[in-house]
Amino acid sequence: MSVVNSEPAMTSFEDSILELRQHDQIARLNYGFSLNRRDLFKLLGGGLLVCCVVGKGWSQESGGGRHPEQDLPTAISGWLQIAEDGRITVFTGKAEMGQNIRTSLTQAVADELRVPVTSITLVMGDTALTPYDMGTFGSRTTPYMAPQLRRAGASAREALLALAAERLQSASTNLVVEDGKVTDRVSHKSLAYGELTRGQDLLKVINAEAALTPTTEWHQAGVDTAKIDGRAFVTGKHKYTSDLTRPGMLHGKILRASGFHAELASVDVSKAEAIAGVKAVHDGSFVGIVAPDERTAVQAIQAVQAKWSVPPQPSNANLFDHLRSHLDSDRPPAHIVGSVEKAFAQADKQFAQSYDVQFIAHTPLEPRAAVAEWQGEKVTVWTGTQRPFGVREELSQAFRIPLSNVRVIVPDTGSAYGGKHTGDAAIEAARLAKTAGKPVKLVWTRDEEFTWAYFRPAGMIDVKAGIQRDGSIMSWEFHNYNSGPAAIRTPYAIPNQHIEFHPADSPLREGSYRGLAATANFFAREVHMDELAHLVGIDPLQFRLLNLEDPRLRAVFEAAAKRFGWSRIKNSSSRGVGIAGGTEKGSYMATCVEIAVEADEIKIVRVVQAFECGAVVNPNGLENQVSGAIVQGLGGALFEAVKFENGKILNSRLAEYRVPRFSDTPQIEVEIVNRKDLPSAGAGETPLMGIAPAISNAIFAATGQRLRSLPLIPNGLKGVSAKKA
Amino acid sequence: MLTLMVNGAERKLEVPSDLPLLSALRDNLELTGTKYGCGEGQCGACTVLLDGHAVRSCRTPVSAAAGKKIVTIEGLERNGVLHPVQQAFLDQEAFQCGYCTSGMIVSAVALLTETPHPSDAQIVRRMDGNVCRCGTYPRIVAAIRQAASIGKGAGR
Repeated sequence: MSVVNSEPAMTSFEDSILELRQHDQIARLNYGFSLNRRDLFKLLGGGLLVCCVVGKGWSQESGGGRHPEQDLPTAISGWLQIAEDGRITVFTGKAEMGQNIRTSLTQAVADELRVPVTSITLVMGDTALTPYDMGTFGSRTTPYMAPQLRRAGASAREALLALAAERLQSASTNLVVEDGKVTDRVSHKSLAYGELTRGQDLLKVINAEAALTPTTEWHQAGVDTAKIDGRAFVTGKHKYTSDLTRPGMLHGKILRASGFHAELASVDVSKAEAIAGVKAVHDGSFVGIVAPDERTAVQAIQAVQAKWSVPPQPSNANLFDHLRSHLDSDRPPAHIVGSVEKAFAQADKQFAQSYDVQFIAHTPLEPRAAVAEWQGEKVTVWTGTQRPFGVREELSQAFRIPLSNVRVIVPDTGSAYGGKHTGDAAIEAARLAKTAGKPVKLVWTRDEEFTWAYFRPAGMIDVKAGIQRDGSIMSWEFHNYNSGPAAIRTPYAIPNQHIEFHPADSPLREGSYRGLAATANFFAREVHMDELAHLVGIDPLQFRLLNLEDPRLRAVFEAAAKRFGWSRIKNSSSRGVGIAGGTEKGSYMATCVEIAVEADEIKIVRVVQAFECGAVVNPNGLENQVSGAIVQGLGGALFEAVKFENGKILNSRLAEYRVPRFSDTPQIEVEIVNRKDLPSAGAGETPLMGIAPAISNAIFAATGQRLRSLPLIPNGLKGVSAKKA
Repeated sequence: MLTLMVNGAERKLEVPSDLPLLSALRDNLELTGTKYGCGEGQCGACTVLLDGHAVRSCRTPVSAAAGKKIVTIEGLERNGVLHPVQQAFLDQEAFQCGYCTSGMIVSAVALLTETPHPSDAQIVRRMDGNVCRCGTYPRIVAAIRQAASIGKGAGR
């Protein structure tokens, strides 16, 4: 039963809780280690035991609240330390994986402490050193962590000022904090930060009311700032998890099932163990080996003889039927305003359509990897994850040891895109290392990454709208099945709405992805908007503006259209333009696309995106994120899809799963709308959301073919024509 | 016993002859700048120079590299001075997570050695086997253009 929700708008906190629920519901690969209470877990697949961990109360971002397991530091020193030589070390549980927050967070602290970014070292994602953090996702670093670190920095500045006033015997009103020192304007005496703290911790409690530097007075933030440690990436010196070695380290491999939900019927490791230096680990449903080197490890795991029984299960062919017929009874309340039934019946025109999206794979170029090392009952794991504290918890549960016995360290990671929330590789490496009695490195192969990671959810979206001849939308009904509730609401001013998310039983392990379901919901909404515009014969941009009150969203639509030359470019059978936009996670985006039709091929010629996320922290870094998101979005829009059949992934090689390449990349122009008067929002996700609907709309403009399924043209236009005929 | 000439130095290795060059570099010689991305030769993260030509080290047996001049990402910087292509990648900030960067830079060096002043179309064609999942392709093209504009020596 739907529950009437008369709240005018969901608050961002409620949004984030909804989002957290999705993140936390990623099924965990939990093995039935004998140390586990097996009966707690339900058998899923690959001989793997899976337990759906449901969040225990929605713990907040570090700084925003308290976590039951670890109180957040209230003293400045928990977040920030100043050494005698003046070097500043800042601590955050966030992880860097290419989104460039190491740079943007450093800029924020540098601003508050009145020092250059080069004076600061940011320690990130180390559960032994950094304050608790829920995880790096949801575009939350900039709106939540940056202000938290700014508060620590501003409190430190106040503390330094007070110390200097005492030491210089001067009124604090005479003192200036500048360039790493406090100077008395009258006596011209000054003391550097290191001299003031003498390397002692600043134990003063963080002042929640400390005056943060207003955006108009930013000097380190707000300007182009080169990626910190950039040189280490162009010289190959940066050490990712997979580059680490430990003394005596062995290499591990895991026996993977022949299909999902498989049961291990029998296993024989004797041939593997006959190989010199190889040790097998068989614990519950977990079978793995360690070997002195990677090559021997591969040979050994191939020598393991196992029989699996794989139960019949859904495939691509019946995916959508399966989802529709396996809906969860428990679902979040619908968003209901007015009466869609009445308004729909009374509208001049009615229009209903369905849209769908396939599963896609994150395909981070650095596969999941972990290095685990035990000392007695304590374990340290280096791993590329977005949730170091979450992985610490997973390890603690898997091995039934206290959290304090687990340390997770996240080296700056070779990308994640929402795909590295879980601690799969960490647990596997730790289990191997426990038996081996030596450190173990485990690096997933590309095939494992494509098969045993989780996917962006597939789903269907039904949209039904009632519209007047003058273009005003009177009713809007929107049902998302399985793909997710992110950005499910419409930004358009529509008096009658019924918007609802219907979770379903997914045949594949699914979870977070850059932008979550917002990409699917934007796709359905913005293609439907285009269909409505054509139904009433109004220009698609004008039609959107006609139904749009939000001034920030209007502004990006207008900025994108102007830069693109929307009103000048005419559609023809060989050329089409499309537009799409929306708002999500506090940022605003509009995307214009020009496509060319050449024989049966569609070429994306040009993309212009206007993007607004409040006050811009690092303009060059932001352009990089926006442009990159457009390129990544091209994949899911045009050709990416996970093919699966009866418990097996059919395209688990990069040769079979097409990702965007140089030759797929159009001319991209990014129009940043910098609103220094508004707080900064995150920018890693929303820029990806407009590309798919804008392309679909452009293809319609040129060819008259309305494409409502993602990916749009996995086999070029030819496949589409055949499908429609 | 195999002898490899890596970044100008002779390195002796006791490894099977069909060991992928990538493993020899990363695990035996501790040159971890060269990355594993797919093991299929599809992503280019493992690219190294073999007698000046770009090869996929994940698909190259170590024996095929014996007697040839191997250059990895670690061999491009000289006396603390970045190779012009490295400098251009840094200037253009032509990366995000950086995992593809070594392979991109090495591939670009090979490209500029053979074609010192490539057109954009030539850059796209020659670099198309390298994947940047973060999608920084436009910046990488700009970086290669910048390195090419410095003229002689970019291919070095």
